[in-house]
Amino acid sequence: MTTAHPVEPLSFPAPRGACPFAPPPAYEQARREQPVSRVTLWDGSQCWMVTRHAEVRTVLRDQRFSSDASLPGFPFVTDGRRALANETISNLIRLDDPEHARLRRMLTADFMIKKTEVLRPRIQRIVDDFLDRMVAHGAPADLVTEYALPIPSLVICLLLGVDYVDHAYFQERSRVMLHNHSTVDQIRQARDELTDYLQQLAERKRREPDDGIISRLVARGELGDDEVATMGLLLLVAGHETTANMTSLSALALLRDPAQLARLRAEPALVKTAVEELLRFLSIVHSGLPRVATEDMVVGGETIRAGEGVLCMISAANRDEEVFATADQLDLARESRRHVAFGFGVHQCLGQPLARVELQIAVETLFRRLPGLQLAIPYEDIRFRTDMAIYGVHELPVTW
Amino acid sequence: MRVSVDTHRCCGSGQCVLAVPEVFDQREEDGIVRLLDHRPPAELHADVRTAATVCPSGAIEVHEA
Repeated sequence: MTTAHPVEPLSFPAPRGACPFAPPPAYEQARREQPVSRVTLWDGSQCWMVTRHAEVRTVLRDQRFSSDASLPGFPFVTDGRRALANETISNLIRLDDPEHARLRRMLTADFMIKKTEVLRPRIQRIVDDFLDRMVAHGAPADLVTEYALPIPSLVICLLLGVDYVDHAYFQERSRVMLHNHSTVDQIRQARDELTDYLQQLAERKRREPDDGIISRLVARGELGDDEVATMGLLLLVAGHETTANMTSLSALALLRDPAQLARLRAEPALVKTAVEELLRFLSIVHSGLPRVATEDMVVGGETIRAGEGVLCMISAANRDEEVFATADQLDLARESRRHVAFGFGVHQCLGQPLARVELQIAVETLFRRLPGLQLAIPYEDIRFRTDMAIYGVHELPVTW
Repeated sequence: MRVSVDTHRCCGSGQCVLAVPEVFDQREEDGIVRLLDHRPPAELHADVRTAATVCPSGAIEVHEA
């Protein structure tokens, strides 16, 4: 069955509404009224937008919806991302099985739960160190640059075998690559500089091996240095922007909800459940997971033709009332394991066990050690990252 | 209840280990699923069903019997 479409498809991305933690109201309306609908992208092209939890899972789990960005019809939400996809060696998030599985399986063991649980004491020390430094510098401090960003940045550097002293170099370039308003030339330059940096690193690891991921990828002998650099770039960028923004946005969401924060402080063991709920509630990967249909598919009563693009809106799916009752409320004790904040299907976030450990430690430690934590600027003055691939706040000035 | 896993489908996300570590583990060498108990006791059934639901690649099959 095909239902009638509105004459004018929604222009994508839609603006956020009054609540900065909620998805754009237009996506929520689409989920209620037309969960598989047409949208118009920046270049005038059209694709499908899927907003309901059930259909988002269906699309992301079915590999007939391809992740191959070189296929015609693959939807790009900015010109920069289209340019990148067409010029570089595809990283594994833009490949299908079996090639995707071959590359991913080179990394899965490094990020599995057993390995990341072993890292807990080390991550706790890193978190305490950055918090010590922030406190020593004195209030007010920007929680983003002094706490939320350096924690995952240092952790991913240690795992990859990248020198943390270079963090300003790759943080700046990651930022350019993930900024929706960067020009194609700026993105190209940032990518080239990062790729060169990582390729030189791969060459060095060939001569001076260590136990980091880059060195072990090189040692396998299955990948060229350029392929190792592509994989390293993905891990480096994915490894710090996501966790960093979840940490600072979680801090803000809890400061804005004193009842939930009091609950977490009274019951620190709640932190694991709380982090799952924050992942669901905040859904920082807000611009839609892109796929392209490789054959005609019927989803939610709509026929998606081969060659048509689909954007899976995990932020809208995570607010689906059919799955999460009172979905617009933050409830730290909620059973929210069915959230799709890490995506779904074979491309689901590889680093999620690491992200969980980092977030649990960063959130718990922050509120335990700084009981008087509060915003240093009016809430209305906070700049949200509506212009970035990963949502969050640009700065979070705090006192304690 | 009888449980089976498909190691070819598995993408090593570890959701099952998070849900029921008594029943699922990951192989040391590549993080792919390792089934520890294909006939889990009744008290774990709810968590095993959750594991099958949250498995991103559909690699877990639960046969209710």
